[in-house]
Amino acid sequence: MKFSQSFIEVDGCRVNLRRGGSGPPLLYLHGASGAPVIMPFMQQLAERFDVLVPEHPGYGLSDEPAWLENIHDVAYFYLDFLKHLELDNVTVVASSMGGWMAMEVAVRDASRLASLVLVAPAGISAPGVQPADIFLMSAEELVRNLFFDQRLAEARLAEPVTAEALDIALKNKHTTARLAWEPRLHDPFLPKWLHRIDVPVKIIWGKEDRILPIAFMEEYKRLIPKAQTHVVEGAGHLPQAEKPDLFVELVCK
Amino acid sequence: MQIVLFHLMPYADLDLEAGRKNGTVWVKLPNRHFDPEKGHKLYNRYLDELEYGEALGFDAVSVNEHHQTAYGLMPSPIVTASALARRTRKVKICILGSALPLRSHPLTVAEEHAMIDVISGGRLVSGFVRGIGAEYHTFGVNPTVSHERFHEAHDLIVRAWTEPGPFAFQGKHYNVSYVNLWPRPYQKPHPPIWIPSQGSKETIDWASHPDRRYTYLQTFSPAKVVERYLKMYRDTCRGHGYEAKDSQLGWAVPVYVSESDESARSEAKQHFEAFRNVFVKMPLEMLLPPGYTSRESLKNVMKAKAQMFGDVTIDQAIELGLFVCGSGATVRAAFERYWNDMRFGNLLVMCQFGTLPGELARRNMELFARQVMPHLKELQ
Repeated sequence: MKFSQSFIEVDGCRVNLRRGGSGPPLLYLHGASGAPVIMPFMQQLAERFDVLVPEHPGYGLSDEPAWLENIHDVAYFYLDFLKHLELDNVTVVASSMGGWMAMEVAVRDASRLASLVLVAPAGISAPGVQPADIFLMSAEELVRNLFFDQRLAEARLAEPVTAEALDIALKNKHTTARLAWEPRLHDPFLPKWLHRIDVPVKIIWGKEDRILPIAFMEEYKRLIPKAQTHVVEGAGHLPQAEKPDLFVELVCK
Repeated sequence: MQIVLFHLMPYADLDLEAGRKNGTVWVKLPNRHFDPEKGHKLYNRYLDELEYGEALGFDAVSVNEHHQTAYGLMPSPIVTASALARRTRKVKICILGSALPLRSHPLTVAEEHAMIDVISGGRLVSGFVRGIGAEYHTFGVNPTVSHERFHEAHDLIVRAWTEPGPFAFQGKHYNVSYVNLWPRPYQKPHPPIWIPSQGSKETIDWASHPDRRYTYLQTFSPAKVVERYLKMYRDTCRGHGYEAKDSQLGWAVPVYVSESDESARSEAKQHFEAFRNVFVKMPLEMLLPPGYTSRESLKNVMKAKAQMFGDVTIDQAIELGLFVCGSGATVRAAFERYWNDMRFGNLLVMCQFGTLPGELARRNMELFARQVMPHLKELQ
């Protein structure tokens, strides 16, 4: 499936948007490491959906607008993004930081959304559980901690680091810090409004997640009792990358 | 030249092996390695050393702020400066500096500095810093807003010191309906402000601005780097349309003086190397969290990583001018040479570093004060 690439401007911010496939719209919201390439699970989803993969403001090739100061800015941006592209009945698939953004969007206005699929979402705190300190990890440690299958980590680490890739990695990290340094990877005021999400929610978590431990899922079960939850065995923080077939099946189920 | 006796108050009783194994003594070295009874002795010894600085004729004594580390035991320089304010009579007291963005309210800094200035009868030199990268990890303050919090905190403090209260302050990070400082500072219009830095163009642009003309201190850098940044400061002042006075420039450097060059090196070696290779060390991610510096600066550091993060021997450090060490004559000649090249009007000497014990620290101070300082004071 061929994905097109273009820049669109929303709220004065040029964002890099890749789009492919046909069917109802599916918006993928990436995590802290960005979405530099179209991955196999996106290809598979494009067989059934019109898949949109934007790079968030402050990430990848997208602009870093002056207004980007906190996660709420991202939520309002995506509400404008959906309106700008006249998207309705949207399935949102959102990983980690992206999952946090998806919830911040949905508590404000879920009227254009069909459902949320949250993959190890950041966004809340849970008693007695700490996210790994991604800001104290070296680039190599971070990659190793993202994956359960270390062969995938090795493959990622073997990719040459170009000057452009390094610039983007530093930019992504900067934006992640801006949005999530403190409170670390969560919004303390989000849980009290999660009941406003009036579309179906699925939560998928890699059992071996070393970034956001699966213990967070218990807190989500309490906060979003209607959510369906799925644990993916043999996967870390990115089950969509480690188990793409199973992941796509869970999204489409 | 004005000579300042500077102290970090390190935890000199540190189990160095534990520090090495942990990779750094910052942020995550378990605090079971701190023994309060040893700490009691160290604090009192270090305060004695600073008080002795007055007797030896230093122009000023200086404390600084670091958090959750064996590198320096002064999470609050206010505490040590306050103690010094009552135990000294003539010497200036420098706080270099208070880490403004780490405070939840900068008015507390304005108040505490004003208190020390009033208690000491106008002997305070106020330093403002952002805190080092590691402290954004320990405090949780977002490093990407470090610069804007620093600037806003600075503006609030200086206005609180100088403008008649009460007045309202409206900022992005701080909003106060009634700024009305009691006490007002003793010095008019306010205590001198010094800006210590590891070298940053943004800091130099800001500190040298004609509205401020703050003294810029380059800290713990190779002499070539010190020279480059002090020159950048002078050039920036010219760009602003004025000539920098020498008193606007300073250099902070560890120093060790003994009877001969050989004895100086052999006495200082293990203690200096503990300072440089254990106490200072931390990984890149800890030193430079996102947004603490520009991404261009961060990339430059990443390129120089091997050089910055590797071990340095005492001989290399002396060669680089990262450490000034030798007989009185050698140290005097070295500083005269450096002064001829850079014309700094303030020299901050750190006479205790790493694990250097009290006896050697005191003898170092005495030899420096007798054999080196009188000559340097005359340079102008």
